Amino acid sequence: MNWDFIWKYLPMYGEAALLTVKIGLAGIGIAIPVGFFCAVIQYFKVALLRRIVSVYIEISRNTPLLIQLFFIYYALPKIGIPTNPSVCGVAGLAFLGGSYMAEAFRSGLEAVETVQMESALSLGLKRGQALLYVILPQAVSVSVPAFVANIIFLLKETSVFSAVSLMDLMFTAKDLIGQYYKTTESLFMLVVFYMIILLPVSILGSVLERRVRRAGFGS
Amino acid sequence: MADELLTAEHLVKRFDDNTVLDDVSLSVKKGEVIVVVGPSGCGKSTLLRCLNALEPIQGGKITLDGEAVVYGSKNLAAIRQKIGMVFQSYDLFPHLSVLDNILLAPVKAQKRKKDEAAAEAMKLLERVGLADKAKSFPRQLSGGQKQRVAIVRALCMHPVMMLFDEVTAALDPEMVREVLDVMLNLAKQGMTMIIVTHEMQFAKAIADRVVFLENGEIIEDTDPNTFFEHPQTERAKQFLNIFSFERSKKDEKN
Ligand SMILES: Nc1ncnc2c1ncn2[C@@H]1O[C@H](COP(=O)(O)OP(=O)(O)OP(=O)(O)O)[C@@H](O)[C@H]1O
Ligand SMILES: [Mg+2]
Repeated sequence: MNWDFIWKYLPMYGEAALLTVKIGLAGIGIAIPVGFFCAVIQYFKVALLRRIVSVYIEISRNTPLLIQLFFIYYALPKIGIPTNPSVCGVAGLAFLGGSYMAEAFRSGLEAVETVQMESALSLGLKRGQALLYVILPQAVSVSVPAFVANIIFLLKETSVFSAVSLMDLMFTAKDLIGQYYKTTESLFMLVVFYMIILLPVSILGSVLERRVRRAGFGS
Repeated sequence: MADELLTAEHLVKRFDDNTVLDDVSLSVKKGEVIVVVGPSGCGKSTLLRCLNALEPIQGGKITLDGEAVVYGSKNLAAIRQKIGMVFQSYDLFPHLSVLDNILLAPVKAQKRKKDEAAAEAMKLLERVGLADKAKSFPRQLSGGQKQRVAIVRALCMHPVMMLFDEVTAALDPEMVREVLDVMLNLAKQGMTMIIVTHEMQFAKAIADRVVFLENGEIIEDTDPNTFFEHPQTERAKQFLNIFSFERSKKDEKN
């Protein structure tokens, strides 16, 4: 292991990690509201929109992120929508993550017994109010594990960003290997930096999971 | 007809091909207590659920206090505020304390001041003997206590009438009474109610009218004395026989 080499390229990895995190967070940040919106449409069985949502979910879940990125990166400009690597990365992650988040939220919403919604409605609450004050607080505890798993999954998926020439961690590692043939060092730093990003998320996630699991109301 | 509070005319309710309510007409006068009885699966719950438009209907018309009750209509939330409903399965919101369960709809749907609504909630809780449970959570309550809270929660909205769907069916026998007593008190105070129940003694005591439903049709609609002592139809007789058979079996054991 050549430590000088590692030391020298550490800042470069740092920058790449920052880019990875930024794009990852932006993509996930959009995926969460998209997923929530889709889950609510499915929960309320909104006519038409519900069809569109399920087509989106099927496409999104059954194609690899790499192909979604290629599509956004190469196909969209052909029909006159310009893209750049960063926008493409965020959009790709949001497109993939939206469907995974939708499934996480939907399973939470559906785990709440229907009589809860019905008694909220029969008290004269509007559907939106019933969702907000009665269903969501109960759905959260069911959704959290899948939600956390999705965030980790999506952050890992960022490793394909290099395919659309985003200078992310993977790109940096490949670049260094190509230039200097220092495969071991380059890959070592790649693993370390992904661990630095993901480990805190995992730990935070399991703390959160334990919190909601223990929130047995009134214990 | 001026004192008719709720009318349902020629209701038809189908789940796919299964006709669950077949031309059911029912009207309730202000202050009247109607008990709906009938064998399991005859459509009692469905009838109640249609009355406050939790279910869409395929035919007929429902009117509450002069206003049409229409599934999916804009003013449905406002109409439902006038109809209190208590379900068989405990339906308190598990993430909210007893008091917050009661206050949610008055504060969010009726935009009432929290203090004022809380004062009323406490008074109502006291009346059902649960003032000391205001801060408890639903899972810390017995079934009977939960149902009494559910009744208070509905009453706090100042409904013009109440619907009860077998609210004691899931309770241990010793808790049935405390819930039925609350309903008897409501009846004394003049609350308009439609009650679905399998408690025949209770039905006899509380009903102004008994409606016997079978296969989605109203077979008898009469006063409790006539229904229980001189049922007009063969099917009502058979239905009542089930209960007397149960009673005689118990008598033998004792
Ligand atoms: N959501 C639903 N989808 C399809 N069929 C339903 C639905 N709800 C009720 N049914 C059917 O409608 C019929 C009447 O059901 P309902 O629950 O109204 O009966 P019930 O008189 O309340 O019975 P019980 O005394 O057992 O509560 C039954 O045959 C039932 O299978
Ligand atoms: Mg029923």
